Order: sequence, then structure tokens, then C-alpha cells
Amino acid sequence: MSTDAVDKVDPMTGMLTGYRVLDLTTELAYLGGKILGDLGADVIKVEPPGGEAGRMIGPFCGDVPDPERSLYWLAYNTSKRGLTLSLGTVRGRELLKELVSTADFLVESFSPGQLEEMGLGWEELKLINPKLIMVSVSPYGQTGPYRNYSASDLEIMATSGLLSLLGSPDRPPVRTSLPQSYLWAGMSSAMGAMVAHFRRGMDGRGQHVDVSAQASTLWATIPAPAFWDVLRQDVVRDGEFVTGRSITGAKMRAVYKCQDGYLNFIIYGGAAGRGTNRALVEWMREEGFDPGYAGEVDWESFDITTVTQDEMDRIEGPVAEFLSRQTKQEFLTQALERRMLGYPVSTAEDILADEQLDARGFWQEVEYPELEQTFRHPGGFAKFSSGFCGVRRPAPRIGEHNSDVYHGELGLSLDEIETLAENGVV
Amino acid sequence: MTSRGDGAGAGVSDEACEGVKVVEFAAYAAGPVVGKHLADLGATVVHVESWGRPDGFRAHYPPYADNTPGLDRSGTFAVCNDSKYSVTIDLKADGGVEVAKQAVAWADVVIENFTPGTVGRLGLGYEELTEVNPSLVMLSSCNQGQTGPHAKHPGFGSQLTSLAGFTHLTGYPDANPCLLYGPYIDFIGVGFGLIAVLAALDHCRRTGEGTYIDLAQYEAGLQFMAPSLLEFEANGRAMERAGNRHPTAAPHGVYPCRGEDRWIAISVSSDDEWRTLVESMGNPEWAEDETFQHEAGRKAKEDEIDSHLARWTAEFSSGELMEQLAEAGVRAGTVNRVQDIHSDPQYVHRGVWSPLEHPEMGVLNFMGPPYSLSETPARIERPSPCLGEHNEEFFVEILGMSRGEYESLVDSGVC
Repeated sequence: MSTDAVDKVDPMTGMLTGYRVLDLTTELAYLGGKILGDLGADVIKVEPPGGEAGRMIGPFCGDVPDPERSLYWLAYNTSKRGLTLSLGTVRGRELLKELVSTADFLVESFSPGQLEEMGLGWEELKLINPKLIMVSVSPYGQTGPYRNYSASDLEIMATSGLLSLLGSPDRPPVRTSLPQSYLWAGMSSAMGAMVAHFRRGMDGRGQHVDVSAQASTLWATIPAPAFWDVLRQDVVRDGEFVTGRSITGAKMRAVYKCQDGYLNFIIYGGAAGRGTNRALVEWMREEGFDPGYAGEVDWESFDITTVTQDEMDRIEGPVAEFLSRQTKQEFLTQALERRMLGYPVSTAEDILADEQLDARGFWQEVEYPELEQTFRHPGGFAKFSSGFCGVRRPAPRIGEHNSDVYHGELGLSLDEIETLAENGVV
Repeated sequence: MTSRGDGAGAGVSDEACEGVKVVEFAAYAAGPVVGKHLADLGATVVHVESWGRPDGFRAHYPPYADNTPGLDRSGTFAVCNDSKYSVTIDLKADGGVEVAKQAVAWADVVIENFTPGTVGRLGLGYEELTEVNPSLVMLSSCNQGQTGPHAKHPGFGSQLTSLAGFTHLTGYPDANPCLLYGPYIDFIGVGFGLIAVLAALDHCRRTGEGTYIDLAQYEAGLQFMAPSLLEFEANGRAMERAGNRHPTAAPHGVYPCRGEDRWIAISVSSDDEWRTLVESMGNPEWAEDETFQHEAGRKAKEDEIDSHLARWTAEFSSGELMEQLAEAGVRAGTVNRVQDIHSDPQYVHRGVWSPLEHPEMGVLNFMGPPYSLSETPARIERPSPCLGEHNEEFFVEILGMSRGEYESLVDSGVC
């Protein structure tokens, strides 16, 4: 089987082992550097002296606000080493340029134009290192009418188009409470970095990659843009319902209440949907539950594309009643056994207890001695037969690797480093 | 590496993935959209389907041109498959697998997103394919991964999005959770899938070694959930949905504007930003309340602030108000509706949309990547293909079959 190859992976090497990344990002794009680090690159997070602002994003370990205790920061800065460096000082900019001369990637999310003002823009850096791939992430892009607009997750979600698709029609559009646009932007930054890296393998030349968080988040709206393009139909948020699956306008309930929370289940079409609908009716009957109209439908000829709303309502009535008697775990067990489509609406607690993730060795325990804690972090985003992908080191403490890099690599004496620290350079 | 039939002049390679050859045994979103990225970057990407089992997006996913179903009329299929070649191979017909292996021998990359076990059963598993192509990069993208007790459970992305925790965190605390519209998690799997394939191609170029990639969209998706998982690990607390509110910043919400179902997002994350907002509103009396001048005070009276703000925003069009506030330095963003996104000035400026004529559907706007490359930009020059549109071109001109061989495959129902 294909998977044997994945099991033989040497835990030390990764697909990007040997490459160096300078990570000058804010919360807008932490994930990008982490992805490259999980693939084996030596990622160095460069923060201002004292640590960057993102270290004060909650929640905090033990609810104690402290730059070394931000769970948000820890989550997205594993697999990185950490330096402090003030780019506001002449010496700091010199040191950055020294680091740039040997780096393979630089990822940054300053406001557009800010690095240029400091003499650290792409035009300058490419002279120092023509092989460099520089990835610039911003809410809207390096150029264009919105380039100077500042935005947090909520505004990026709004302008992307995604927000308009989330929430109930009777209330304002609503975001996901864990900011998502920063993660779309971070992932896009790693996508762009890898595209440019692959290209560099052909001709040895670097390039500048301009990533927009707005345009990144737009990808999560597919296929809604096609409805406007093809039918001039404006897709509108519908909360717990799936729309756009029928040509009659009928919509399907997807969120059902159950004993201890919610389930995501849909009366669906296609081969898999028909099988699911049949299996559900069978399950209802086995439990002595009258499936009502759901039991009368001929699933073989059932066509989701042409179904009417009235028919959907008559099917979903008994389904809702039956599902309201189940627990999330019981539903999952039955869905797996009967090969029905559908899953519980999981909480973090449910996910951490999932036997599938355990069986695949997904979680990685990371020890934080200063916090006297060990956390299970999400492991790699994929398994590769030719290299390990996943968390390689805990997130760095403020300036944790200053001595390793400034002394060990750039050859500064420990006294010099101390003076730099006193002068606010590192 | 070969150059693309319709690409730039011979020897000039100005697209990032020029010369990369990809075969997809994949349908719906999670596999094919990885191929779309590669195709937009200049790779030659062959989307394999069969007349009997076309891509599910073609077969039963609206929107259809003129609301009339048809295999070459689905907008959902179109947006996921532009810039590709469409080829039909019936993998269950006699000789179908052999033809598929010829395509694999030609390719650098195979992308598949069948339920785990399926390609192995067909004789197209990674080990079998490396016999015809030892340095193959193969991406298997599925719901829950190739191994483990739930591996073979079939599923769609919209539901996996709930299993991975997103749905629970979307909506108001006093109401049921809301869907993330479509197969949200599939597109997370797409991004990570592209990264994985490019890392493996680069590895292959340096070492000659192929790579098998087992990507569970569930695990890829959980990368976007990490803080909530650590929060439970550290503090024993599961994050809950909170509407549009923020744990500390206030105001932080979506407010009505002029017109039906028109909204603007506004957030204030410091006392200075609050002052800027107040000035932009023309210093109304209510906003001078001393408690509003500090974050904790604003947070405590958020409902009150929200109702004042909502009365003020309702006077404006959302686009104009965004411009006015954002130019002043306030974080404000119009809630773009689907009807707005094709004309959003920033999207237009970035060239996000490439309008191309599709033979059955008229002009469609194909979506470009979120990353712009300074030296080798993506180019979208071909619409999504009709089913089997490139059979002859692929089998005869690219794979080098004789016309007779190709015709006998057509006659025997393989192609």
C-alpha cells in the first residue's frame, strides 16, 4: 500500500531542510513561516526588542496575560527560532541585511511601503541577494486603491466577500470567532513562496511575491462567484441551510440539534446522498422510529436538483425529530458504521478526543518548561514519504536565539551583543 | 521538460510551473483546484474523467448556464478547472488502467482524491504507478487520511468543516451555529496540497526521488483551528462562537448601511483609533461619554455603542463610508456581496478576474491566485474544458499514440 512509504520517513529531514527563512510577520501571516518550518526550513522569527505585539493576543496560558504565554502566538510560531532586532536603528538594519545575504526567503507583513521607507524594500534587498524570495503580505496588497487601508480580520472577511455568506438572513453577517483571514493570508504566503521557490530552481533567480489577505480569503467563497457569473444570482447567507443545490430554489437543512450539541447532516443527492438517505431511514426503523414521509421516498429516483421545498420540508421533519434524540458520539458511530455522510459539529474538546487523529499520530506533544506545561499541538498538514512534516521545535521565547545567530553565525562577540541590547538594537 | 502546446515561444519559459506535467484522477474541489493553481502557473494539467462518470461538479452541481443542466454547463465545475485539458478514460473498461498508466508515465505529478483504497483497487496505487514512473510525485487528498479507523468513511467538505470545529465557532452565542457556506475546508486542503506538491517537485529535482503525499483535509483544516485546540489543552475551555465581537476590542461589529441587506464592518483596537472614529463621525455628543474613551469602558458598554453606531452608519452607503473611514485611518470594510466582488476596485486592480469566453456558457470570470509574482505572474488564458475536449490532442499529439491506436480506444469505449 501507498502508505508504507510514509511510515519509513526519517524524522530529521524535511522537504525544505537546508533553506533559511527570515520571518518578519505580524499576526496577519504567522502561519506562512510556520508552514515552511514544519517542512524543515530554518525559520528565524525576527521581532522588535521586547517581543512583538502579537505576543499579547489572547487567550493566554492560565489566563495570565504575558508575552511568553499567548496561546495564539505559540500556536503559529512553532518550528521557528527567535531573534530580536530593531529595524528602527541603523545597526539593526545592517544586521538584517547581513542575514538577508544568506537567506533563501523573507516573509513580511509590514504596512505596504514601510520597509521601503527603512531602505529594506524589495529593490534594495534583491541587490544584496538576487536569489532571495521576498513575500509581502498585507490586508489588500502592495498596490491598488485599498493598499493603505488598515484592516483586522473582520474588515478583511467583509471585503473578501466571505462574510456576506455567513450567518442567518435575519441578522447581520457573522464571522468565525477564531480569525480566519489571517490564516488564509498566511497559507497563501507559503503557497506563493513555494511557487517562486520552484521557479528559482529553474533559473536561480528570486522574486517578489505580493499576497493579499482579502484575495486569499476570497478562495473560501467558491462556488458562490459562479452563481453571479452564470445566472446573475446573488447568493445570500442562509445560516443552517445549504443553498444552490437545486434549480427550484429548494434549500436543505444542514445543522440539526441533538442531545449534546449539533450535527451536520444533509438530505443529499448523487450516489453517496441516496445511500445516506436510505441508511438513515433504515437506522430510524431499527430504532423503532417512524420515518414518516422520509420512509415513503423512492431514493433511487430522488433528484436533489429538481426537488421542491415542500418535499424537502416533509422529509426533514421526521429526520430532525430522530436526530434530536442522538448524541454527537452516537451519530458519529452510526455514520461510520452505516457509511452515511455527516459529522457532528465538533468543539475543541471533541476534536482532541477523536480516535482517528490519535490513530494517525496527528498530535505532537511540545514541552514548555517555563510554563511547566506540555501541550498537544496539531501535527503536520500532510504526510510525505520523503521527509517529515510537522512541529520541529517549540515557539521561541523572546530573543531566545540571539546568541546562536549573532555570536555563533555572524561572529559578534558576546560583549558586542550586550552593548547592542543596551542600545535597544537587539 | 516539454513546453506547453499553446504557451509562449519555444525556449522561453516565463511561467513559474512551465513544463510541469500533471494528471488528475480527481473530482469536485479538493484535488482539482490544486491542479487549477498549477495550470494557472503554466503547468500542463490533464483532468481525467469518463463519459460514464464525469466529475460530480459537472453532473449535479448548479449553477448551470440558463439554469439548464448539462455536462459542460456547470459554473461550479468551471471555476475549479480553467486552464486544463479534459480527457476521458474509463478506468473500469478493459485496457483503461493501461491507458491511465501511459498518462502517468508521461506525468511529473498525479493528483487523486478518491475515497482511500480506491486507486489501489483499480491498480493505480502509488507502488504500481512508480513502476511506470519511479520519480512520481503523487498527492492523495481525502477527508480523513489514508490510514486509521475512519479512513474509508466517505464525506464532503461542507460536513468535514463541522467535524473540524469551524461551524461551532460561527454564529451568535444565543443561536444555532452557522455553516461556512460551502466546502470551506476543501480550499484549506487545496492550499496545503499545492505547497506539498511544489515541495515534492523541488525535492525531486534536487534528488531524483519521487514522493507520496497523504493529505487529510481534516488535518490540514485543523491548522486553522490551532489556538482553540491549545486553549483547551492549556485552560480546559472550549472556545465558543461570539457573533462579531472580539474578546477585548470594542466596538467590533457589522453595522447596517443604506439599502437592503447592506453592511459595513468596523473595528476599533485602541483608544487612538476610537478618537479617530469619533472625529470621523463629527464628534457626536454621545461619543464624548468619558467611559467610552478607554477600551475597558467601551467593552462594558458595547451594546450602547453599537446602537449609536448603527444609527449613524445607516445614513451612508457602505462603499462610501468605507472610503471615508478607511482614508481617515479607521478600520472599516464594506461587506461585499457576491454581486459586488467582480467589481471590487481592489480585486479589479490586482487582476483577480480573467474574463474568458466558454463555448457553452458565454463569458466567465475565472479567479486568479492570491499571490502575485513579480517575475513569473500566473496567466489564465483558457476556459474550463468541455468533457473530453482534448482527447485527441492529448493521446495523439502529447502521448504520441498513433491515430489508429487512439481510434480503437474510442471504439472500445476506453476513451
